[in-house]
Amino acid sequence: MLAMFFWAFVIGGLICVIGQLLFDVAKLTPGHTLSLLVVIGAILDGFGLYEPLMDFAGAGATIPITSFGNSLVHGAMQDAQAHGIIGVLTGMFQVTSSGISAAIIFGFIGALIFKPKG
Amino acid sequence: MMESKQKKQNTTLQQRNYQQLQQKHEIKRPVLKNCIKAFFVGGLICVIGQAVSYFYIYFFNFTEQSVGNPTVATMVFFSMLLTGFGVYDRLGQFGGAGSAVPVTGFGNAVISAAIEHRTEGFVLGVGGNMFKLAGSVILFGVFSAFVVALIKTLLIIWGVL
Amino acid sequence: MLKGHQSWLFANRPMITATGVTGGPFEANGKLANDFDLLYEDLWMGKESYEKAHRLLLEEAIKMALQKGNVQKEQVQFLFAGDLINQITPTSFAARTMQVPYFGLFGACSTSMEGLALSSFVVNYQGAKYVLTGASSHNAAVEKQFRYPTEYGGQKPPTAQWTITGAGVALVEPNEPGKQHPVTTSATIGKVIDMGLTDPFNMGGAMAPAAVDTIIAHFRDMQLDPSYYDLIVTGDLGRVGHDTAFELLNKSGLKLERKQFQDCGLLIYKDEQPVQSGGSGAGCSATVLYGHLLNQLKKGTYKRMLVVATGALLSPLSFQQNESIPCIAHAVAIEMNEEKG
Repeated sequence: MLAMFFWAFVIGGLICVIGQLLFDVAKLTPGHTLSLLVVIGAILDGFGLYEPLMDFAGAGATIPITSFGNSLVHGAMQDAQAHGIIGVLTGMFQVTSSGISAAIIFGFIGALIFKPKG
Repeated sequence: MMESKQKKQNTTLQQRNYQQLQQKHEIKRPVLKNCIKAFFVGGLICVIGQAVSYFYIYFFNFTEQSVGNPTVATMVFFSMLLTGFGVYDRLGQFGGAGSAVPVTGFGNAVISAAIEHRTEGFVLGVGGNMFKLAGSVILFGVFSAFVVALIKTLLIIWGVL
Repeated sequence: MLKGHQSWLFANRPMITATGVTGGPFEANGKLANDFDLLYEDLWMGKESYEKAHRLLLEEAIKMALQKGNVQKEQVQFLFAGDLINQITPTSFAARTMQVPYFGLFGACSTSMEGLALSSFVVNYQGAKYVLTGASSHNAAVEKQFRYPTEYGGQKPPTAQWTITGAGVALVEPNEPGKQHPVTTSATIGKVIDMGLTDPFNMGGAMAPAAVDTIIAHFRDMQLDPSYYDLIVTGDLGRVGHDTAFELLNKSGLKLERKQFQDCGLLIYKDEQPVQSGGSGAGCSATVLYGHLLNQLKKGTYKRMLVVATGALLSPLSFQQNESIPCIAHAVAIEMNEEKG
């Protein structure tokens, strides 16, 4: 269990360092950087590399935004295997729904109860 | 990214000379310091995520496979609190990518836009602006996943994989 | 009178008889807090939106200037003012409240001197008895429009600047001999200068060439050299832009001392405040000039000053369309009126 915490810290930290290098060296905006990382996550799952990373690093791989790309591909593949090629469209948000739903729901609640502080 | 933008603009000699002169005075970004801070902040957020996962596994009988969803939702909830209380922007200035890359950064992008545009009403303000920052992540995530899954599925159908 | 190619000499020496300067919480913690007439504790200022608070800043600064100058708003002929917000709505709404005939100006952060130059010209040629001029900005309203929602965790690089929350307004009247007020003696209007810089987080670097171009034009048109002024102050070049401008000016043959060459964006905040490269915004040059610098002029710290406000004329859209950042700078020369006798 302790080992998982350690690897979550290290792998999560390293993915963020990649992001930071994209910010500071490649001078990309946060929008560009996060979009790139999501695409990388999707491609890695295409090669079957992201699931093993998640088994190894736990939250270190599921928390960074790259996991979003991974879950979208996973959901698409699952449905494609069950229902054929149309599954690529239908399956995407099956696995991933919580991140976006949570952001929308808590965004709305946030707008109801909070005022920006500048 | 900056170099390719400049090439596209056909800068004159005078402009290029000025840009070289200006570069000397530009305060350089502390890349190493930023990377170290990003590493620690990002790592810490993931450790908290791991703790949240174990909490759900032990107390709510989720499995390691299914715990991803509630974990992410909980982390976004935390980012709502931090964003609403005016803490996340300070964390962002310190941690840079360490706070932007985790899913909490995605939550912060959506929630901060929602909170900010409430002054323009809930329909046009909040609804119309919520995805200002995060929209590109959703767009490229979905589209790249579509391409990857399509290619992989076709390769399976054709017996290549 | 036209002097040279792009400058005016104000032979009738219009007077700045009163000023009003308002600011926000960050400015209250800054180096020049004592030179502000009114400081607000938070960015909302009791209003329902940042934009409405932005308007209040300007309205209160105008009221303060009128009060100190002992003039009613009904007596004022014209208002020359602007800000950074889309369609300069905070200024236009303030003009609606004031009911003064209104020239809305957009020069980004150079608006203050654009307004002072025009006001001085109008008063110099008896086009008005009382003119109000000013500029304002509000940190949160500007961040919301140009950059990111204020609670977003974006990381600003060290070249970025902090938009000040504040308004600076001046009341300009025809000269009255012997009255101890600052007078404007000349102005140089700048051209749009673009050196191809594209980073919206490095405005100072983009604006420096515009400041230098206008300063060189001023000395050429007025046939003076830098030793004529004991202070040449730029609006908001910040650390990066200011150092760059200093080097450019020396390269051009104008001999400037480091002490003589300052920047409002560097004067307004303390070193400990997290403002990266310094302050900026339409309100920056206005609040620092109409508060601190004119106070110093009246005390005798400076005899003659040249104020060069600098603006970056980009929009969030132009940046997304891969345009570079065109900039402009306007200069106004100010000194104390001569004593009688």
